[in-house]
Amino acid sequence: MAERKLMKGNEAIAEAAIRGGCRFYAGYPITPQNEIPEYMSWRLPQVGGHFIQAESEIAAINMVYGSAGAGGRAMTSSSSPGVSLKQEGISYICGAELPCVIINMVRSGPGLGGIQPAQGDYFQAVKGGGHGDYRMLVYGPCSVQECVDLVYNAFDKAEKYRLPVMILGDGMLGQIMEAVTLPEMKDPATFPKKPWATTGEGFGKTRRIVNSLYIVPDELEDMNHKLQKVYDDMCENETVFEEYLTEDAELIITAYGTVARIAKSAVDLLRAQGVKAGLFRPVTLYPFPKDALDKLAAQSSVKEFIAVELSMGQYVEDVKLVVEGRKPVKFFNRTGGNVMSPEDIVEFAKKEA
Amino acid sequence: MAVVFKKTEMLTDTPLHYCPGCTHGIAHRLVAEAIEELGLKGRVVGIAPVGCAVFAYKYFNCDMQEAAHGRAPAVATGIKLTNPDNIVFAYQGDGDLASIGMAEIVHAAARGMNITVIFINNAIYGMTGGQMAPTTLLGQKATTCPAGRDAKLNGNPIRMSEMLATLDGPSYIARCSLADVPNIRKAKKAILQAFKNQMEGKGFSFVELLSTCPTNWHMSPVKALDFVKNEMTAQYPLGVFKEVE
Repeated sequence: MAERKLMKGNEAIAEAAIRGGCRFYAGYPITPQNEIPEYMSWRLPQVGGHFIQAESEIAAINMVYGSAGAGGRAMTSSSSPGVSLKQEGISYICGAELPCVIINMVRSGPGLGGIQPAQGDYFQAVKGGGHGDYRMLVYGPCSVQECVDLVYNAFDKAEKYRLPVMILGDGMLGQIMEAVTLPEMKDPATFPKKPWATTGEGFGKTRRIVNSLYIVPDELEDMNHKLQKVYDDMCENETVFEEYLTEDAELIITAYGTVARIAKSAVDLLRAQGVKAGLFRPVTLYPFPKDALDKLAAQSSVKEFIAVELSMGQYVEDVKLVVEGRKPVKFFNRTGGNVMSPEDIVEFAKKEA
Repeated sequence: MAVVFKKTEMLTDTPLHYCPGCTHGIAHRLVAEAIEELGLKGRVVGIAPVGCAVFAYKYFNCDMQEAAHGRAPAVATGIKLTNPDNIVFAYQGDGDLASIGMAEIVHAAARGMNITVIFINNAIYGMTGGQMAPTTLLGQKATTCPAGRDAKLNGNPIRMSEMLATLDGPSYIARCSLADVPNIRKAKKAILQAFKNQMEGKGFSFVELLSTCPTNWHMSPVKALDFVKNEMTAQYPLGVFKEVE
């Protein structure tokens, strides 16, 4: 049964994962996502699942590898420094074609950084932070409800393509409380079968091997092409974005995640002052919604773009790659855990744009 | 003609890639025989390490997962908790288990994870060409301690079985040698016991096998066996270090 509740972002993510079929969670404490393991520790046993507080971030991601390889719906969560530690494991998971869900409630960096919201892990998430050629399906939700909706279906997407799905949130999204509608519990009996999973019955020709080692170059090259086909297929079918007041817009403000909500308020403020502003918000950060942004770049009313982010110029690079110099792309940011206000964006727009 | 010896069906027909005189082949056979004799066919999952046994998934005739370097106990934890009826074993070398994977093995043991770990201790990094291992003996030469391991410069060898036996989690910890037939028979018994403990839900079981590496020790296979019997067994005494009734 769907139900309406006031929930903290982190707890809503944990509940949505369970309702979406998660039955194994391994994680390590790190602020600002500790409510996820805490919630999982009491909630998973209620539904016959397993929670484990791993000895390290590295162990956690490798426990997820084992569980996912054995056919489980497995998840881990962390925040920036912890997600850096998981990168080797994520690469192995991609190489072994395993589905899983990874949550990154991003905090400020580099290094130990701070515990306030940031978006400095954008490159790591969408370009591949670990070694070798791989991609993930990366979502950048902007509200607790959107976290719930995306996490609820994340395992289905992960299993469809046999790759990790990452939720790239931030400290604000994890800590904020909002009213959410929780969807009903999915029935594990309806989940697709996994003939590749190591469930123990394998013998002789029916053996299942979960592996990312291809010592013969031609075989590995074939594997790289096979994976790329999956990624191309994913790009074709999974791109999600939101446009707000873009039909007649002269100024497009573009941002993702919680920053996009701030930018949306800025658009409303600018409109009230007679500026024809609009918002372009990618929901999938990989695949990046190139075609939709390309159309806006070609739209005759649009005179320029402002990319807004909580990092030193990562997201703006993808925007520029698509706009290709057809229109100016201005850049506005805060970092270190500081967050801009809608008024800050308005002021920047009026001064610079 | 009467059949007096037959390869266990829990090993595939794939030829082993191990060097002449290496005891990995014996260790593989003992583990596979134990799986067959205990009737575990159809419910067993193995985990291959990174190191010389990286291709173990080609040899054990069961479902297998290849783990990242040192992470086999974490991978085993994920498998076991997802399918608790499976019998799960990790097969790891000394670099994998006692160096890069130290945290994973200690915590799997401390949790009392109901898995079985087979630990091949040959006191050297074999696959990468003979670098010093955490278990390399003092005075033993390796490519990264060419003058012989010096405690002041290179630290001291680690006795994993003794260390893990200090924990409350493990149900069975034994160290055996693969240097001669009587010891190989004892090793087989220990491996059977380790799997039995898992079958009975007693918790973490661990068998350390003192093994040879003639190639990187620069010894003949016969000399390498002598090295295990004399030098290695002196540093790493054989025996059962923990057994929970």
